[in-house]
Amino acid sequence: MAKVKGDIVIDIEKCKGCELCIAACPQDSLELSRKLNTKGYQYMVRIEDNCTGCTNCALVCPEGIIKVYRQTTKKKEPVATISNLTGDITVTVNS
Amino acid sequence: MSEKTLVNEEQHFEDMIAEESICTTENLVYEKPDTLLDTPMHYCPGCGHGVAHRLIAEVISELGIQEETIGVAPVGCSVFAYNYLNIDMSEAAHGRASAVATAIKRVLPEKYVFSYQGDGDLAAIGTGETIHTCNRGENLLIIFINNGIYGMTGGQMAPTTLPGMKSTTSPFGRDVSTMGSPLKITELIAQLPGVYYCTRTAVNSPANVRRAKKAIQKGFEYQKLKKGLSFVEIVSNCPSNWKMTPLEANKWMEEQMFAFYPLGDLKVPNDKEK
Repeated sequence: MAKVKGDIVIDIEKCKGCELCIAACPQDSLELSRKLNTKGYQYMVRIEDNCTGCTNCALVCPEGIIKVYRQTTKKKEPVATISNLTGDITVTVNS
Repeated sequence: MSEKTLVNEEQHFEDMIAEESICTTENLVYEKPDTLLDTPMHYCPGCGHGVAHRLIAEVISELGIQEETIGVAPVGCSVFAYNYLNIDMSEAAHGRASAVATAIKRVLPEKYVFSYQGDGDLAAIGTGETIHTCNRGENLLIIFINNGIYGMTGGQMAPTTLPGMKSTTSPFGRDVSTMGSPLKITELIAQLPGVYYCTRTAVNSPANVRRAKKAIQKGFEYQKLKKGLSFVEIVSNCPSNWKMTPLEANKWMEEQMFAFYPLGDLKVPNDKEK
């Protein structure tokens, strides 16, 4: 199975601290901050490094301030196939 | 506990700088659509209006109809919807958004026209306009946000307020014998022959948000095919006037509102779309 690694970027100045993303996160990696933003709201911070980039937090966010990034380490794909009389030989590159 | 959290945050921040960031353009999977402007919204924390605005903006961006869409904003909490959506918008008198949308659609039939209305606007003062617009089968999309209360004016009882629900004008709970039963306007509208598509969705969980987006997208697609009126109800919350936190409000909505207003399609097209 391909390994998935995600990350989120939150615009903390627009966050109103409604905590809906905390409930939506399946990895429990979000929490309210101890500090306040300039509007006086506690904002969201990511405290765990287990984000999978599932976009659940961004989908339920009423302010639309969460950007989600996801990086998938793909399986090695064949770069060439050499055909001969007995069968095909698949060539991959180990990086 | 708090001190420990702070230390972890700082440590985590250093770790994040140390390792290679994956926040690059090719790894981006979700961000706010272009049609939604950067203006901070005036809605209370946890309000469903923000999600509904974003879904409309997403659908318009994905269909590429930003230049051809005209929205009609209602009177209510979403009266400033034109500040957040980067499309042509008009403001209507209280309850008359569907009538104004009818006029715009008849003058400019090639444009995509939608009205965005709350329950006080669509189901109370604008019942006549709404029912007759639906009965005429105008080629429009009506998006109806139902949170069971008058939000902007301070939490008075709306036609959609649930039985026994407390509001500032029903402090002992809605008494059905004197105040009547809640108005299920979506069921009423689904019976009318001019209505092509009628559905009820919600924006409380990621799965429901995806369904709501699909419903809005269908509404715009049917409008392009000139099929008739599409009506999308979005059951929403009002944490401030329900006197709850956003999480409690969503839980209460799942337990009480969904029991009275069941989610799902009320009227779907009979003929199969190609």
